[in-house]
Amino acid sequence: MPQYAILIHSPAPADPMDLTPDYVALLERYPAQVEELGGRIVTGFALQPSTTATSIRGDVVTDGPFVEAKEVVAGFFVLEAPDLDVALRIAKLNPATLDGGVEVRPLFVPPAE
Amino acid sequence: MSVGDHGGTATVDVAVADAHRREWAFVLAATARVAGDLDVAEECVQEAYVAALDAWARDGVPRRPGAWLTTTAKHKALDVVRRERVFRSKMPLLVEPDEAEMDEPDEDAIPDDRLRLIFTCCHPALAREAQVALTLRLVCGVNTGDIARAFLVSEPTMAARLTRAKKKISAARIPYRVPGAGELPERLDAVLTVIHLLYTTGHTAPSGTDLVRADLVDRALSLTRMLLALMPDEPELRGLLALLLLTDARRATRTDAEGRLLVLEEQDRSAWDRPPSRRVAG
Repeated sequence: MPQYAILIHSPAPADPMDLTPDYVALLERYPAQVEELGGRIVTGFALQPSTTATSIRGDVVTDGPFVEAKEVVAGFFVLEAPDLDVALRIAKLNPATLDGGVEVRPLFVPPAE
Repeated sequence: MSVGDHGGTATVDVAVADAHRREWAFVLAATARVAGDLDVAEECVQEAYVAALDAWARDGVPRRPGAWLTTTAKHKALDVVRRERVFRSKMPLLVEPDEAEMDEPDEDAIPDDRLRLIFTCCHPALAREAQVALTLRLVCGVNTGDIARAFLVSEPTMAARLTRAKKKISAARIPYRVPGAGELPERLDAVLTVIHLLYTTGHTAPSGTDLVRADLVDRALSLTRMLLALMPDEPELRGLLALLLLTDARRATRTDAEGRLLVLEEQDRSAWDRPPSRRVAG
């Protein structure tokens, strides 16, 4: 089955310790909803707030995320789903869409020889 | 070469051109299911039309040109699939091996292949401009150069836009199917928007000396008719066709003899195309 990276974008600095109890409750329900829609979460991670990020461009090291924006990457997970329609349906239910958004990117599979 | 052959060649050219206009979407949609990749399908269909020029001149125009073209294009697609097994591993969604056998194509048995094609081209995960370009290229069979001219971009730009969109369809696994009842209204809306945009672009052409680009207007009308034939119970489609016909009835009166734009009050209402207006009212 195809796999997709779901990139979670939340308002900076996206500190997981600041999540509201309501949001946490939605997150806890999420894996069951994913299964119900025909998908499977292969693996997933939340990130420390963007204030802990360090970026390197060329040989310059700077404090902060790579792109300065209102929203930052707060985490990601790998989703297995039969096609993009199912992946999008699942992504739409992610609570991050309430105050930020998610990006669905198919994982690269090297062409078979 | 005898005189008769010349006549025959002309007949064949007309028959192929006619089949290109009428059957392109049907042939491509059926071939895409076998090929498992829109790019491959497009190439096979093009080859089938080229093959038709020779074969029909030799053997005569078949009774059902669309069926002949579909069989030929599907054979070519199967060859590609067999030759490059890669496609099977890359595109399992589009390939339905059980249906890939070459049985006599029946135009009535799989009426929804063209629907699959148009819903795939108008998938919301594609940018609007890509949806319009893909629909023109894959559903209407318009060549890339003509699409580029209609939308005021260079041919390489349009070619890149089409390639990017087809790549996304295969890489992100945009499914080749008609959406289920639950999502149909939303998805149909995207299709209607694309057709409307197509019509609008033809109605007041962004480039050239003519106000109307008849080819685009006609493409939009025939697309709507095709969809309505495939989904006769959709009131939205009926509404769109009515709107387009009613607007189009005034086509001949929108400019004067010098091509100057006329406002509604200045138009010669007696010259409006009455039958479409009556069909809409009725």
